[in-house]
Amino acid sequence: MHLQSIRLIQYKNYKEAHVAFSSQINCFLGENGSGKTNLLDAIFYLSFTKSADQAQDLQCILHEADFFSIKGTFSQNQKERTVLCAYQAGKKKSIKLDNKPYKRASEHIGKFPTVLIAPNDTDVIRGTSEDRRKFFDAIISQVNQSYLNNLIAYNHALKQRNSLLKQFAEQDRFDADLLEPFTRQLLDLGQKVYEVRKEFIAVFKPLLVKHYAMLSGQRETIEIDYESDFSEGIEEKFRHSQKKDLILKRTNRGTHKDEFVFLMDGKPVKKFGSQGQQKSYLIALKLANFDFLKNELGVKPILLLDDIFDKLDDLRIEKLIQMVASDAFGQIFVTDARPERSISIFEKIKQEHKLFTVSQGKVEVRKQIQ
Amino acid sequence: MPATILNFPPKIVENAIEEISKLPGIGRKTALRLVLYLLKQEKESTENLTTALTQLREDIQYCGTCHIISDTTDCTCRTVTRDLTTICVVQDTPDVMAIENTHQYKGLYHVLGGVISPIEGIGPEDLHIDSLFSRIEKSDPKVEEVILALSPTMEGDTTAFYITKKLKALGIKVTTIARGIPIGGELEYADEVTLGRSILTRTIYD
Ligand SMILES: Nc1ncnc2c1ncn2[C@@H]1O[C@H](COP(=O)(O)OP(=O)(O)OP(=O)(O)O)[C@@H](O)[C@H]1O
Ligand SMILES: [Mg+2]
Ligand SMILES: [Zn+2]
Repeated sequence: MHLQSIRLIQYKNYKEAHVAFSSQINCFLGENGSGKTNLLDAIFYLSFTKSADQAQDLQCILHEADFFSIKGTFSQNQKERTVLCAYQAGKKKSIKLDNKPYKRASEHIGKFPTVLIAPNDTDVIRGTSEDRRKFFDAIISQVNQSYLNNLIAYNHALKQRNSLLKQFAEQDRFDADLLEPFTRQLLDLGQKVYEVRKEFIAVFKPLLVKHYAMLSGQRETIEIDYESDFSEGIEEKFRHSQKKDLILKRTNRGTHKDEFVFLMDGKPVKKFGSQGQQKSYLIALKLANFDFLKNELGVKPILLLDDIFDKLDDLRIEKLIQMVASDAFGQIFVTDARPERSISIFEKIKQEHKLFTVSQGKVEVRKQIQ
Repeated sequence: MPATILNFPPKIVENAIEEISKLPGIGRKTALRLVLYLLKQEKESTENLTTALTQLREDIQYCGTCHIISDTTDCTCRTVTRDLTTICVVQDTPDVMAIENTHQYKGLYHVLGGVISPIEGIGPEDLHIDSLFSRIEKSDPKVEEVILALSPTMEGDTTAFYITKKLKALGIKVTTIARGIPIGGELEYADEVTLGRSILTRTIYD
């Protein structure tokens, strides 16, 4: 599967653009603010039906305009498929596959799998445990619908139970028969969520370790630990914390407290990793994400690499490019604000690739190697 | 710009649109269409409608015992030909209709008026749960079985669990219809044969 071309109308800083891509490596070069990230974001949109940077659809419309549209022409199993995403201010957005609208946009997710690596966004490493749960939940949900359903149900039960705890506190009363059903539902659903996460990490861990080792040239070794209340004696822990729950008016045990600990030479990366090491860790996480989806879905996702070169030493950059240029990966999109660097990196690889210059919302082919 | 001279639409039409659009699922556009439709009909047919509405509010009440709608004189809960020892607990009135349509159930009903949902601030005290317990305690002949026919959602399950806990203390047999039977506001999907069968083959709630 690969993206043959894209047509943008009034998307972010693009008034109108039509770009044809290489089925292998595409590299966008241009100054800060020229529109490189916005172009990757449009590709991301075609896959996830939303912008990667949490922007509302309204903010994605070119200033002063009143609608945007993104049309992508993919090649999938030797067939041409078009995805059209359009949004007009104040209207419902429309997502069409081969001119047929979807009933729900969520039906589209996973059809054209894409992985975005934007290492400046280090929330997964430096953020809260919730950021990490979200990261892994998004990966698992793409291949396991019932996991997503259980997760939604769990969060609903949690909200109900917390509301009840608040009401007990406000009304200064307690009814065990009322709390019990929510507790049971949380234990039930939490157990299911836990089992999938545990199984997932067992598969994901070796992929992560492999990618990090390759990137770092084995300079440091990494680990990932999954910590959950469900690992043992959850019932007891849960009952034990009921008093605390009532005082704090929220549920203190469960899979919503799960933590994924990223370790490097035995120490938490969050605290002790250098900026470059954290960045490498993040890239390894994303490459493992790529491998996992590839294995589960049986297709190579499109890989978007935004500003990955900053803060990485030359050795790491070279390893990374060698790796993503190999057969294990499919179509790739890379951005760089320093043209000389990318040009010299890509001079060394033999694969088909296309270099573009981006400037003020315009994209031009700079060099094409076939 | 000249001031508006045309007073359009007339105030009375505006009023009618306003009132009709208060109904659930009806926006201003639909309300306008209905108003224009009514104006085109014979005067008699709109009079029939207003009479029906007036009678509805004057003669129909929620029964104080089982909380289903009745015209005061004749509620199922006072019909001696029915099985007075069995009560089927449902969420709302449409569920009673769905079960009645199966012709498989001859017992009594008890409408809760909703399900427990702390997020929406609905607790047992906001539903007709206490009145269920007192009704059972005062019953003569004694109620022997309570069938729970609540929606198969988290909130329906919670409500079922809560009621069962309290009823077991009273020594009442509690049963439930098969899970997955659409009931509780999903009347349109209820298939009479399946629903009827699930009432006949109800199982002990545990
Ligand atoms: N809706 C919009 N309408 C017009 N311009 C927008 C809109 N949204 C974002 N922009 C502008 O688009 C420009 C390009 O942003 P983009 O992030 O793509 O740059 P970039 O080439 O990735 O730069 P950098 O090298 O700094 O990462 C920014 O100046 C931004 O203000
Ligand atoms: Mg950028
Ligand atoms: Zn009655």
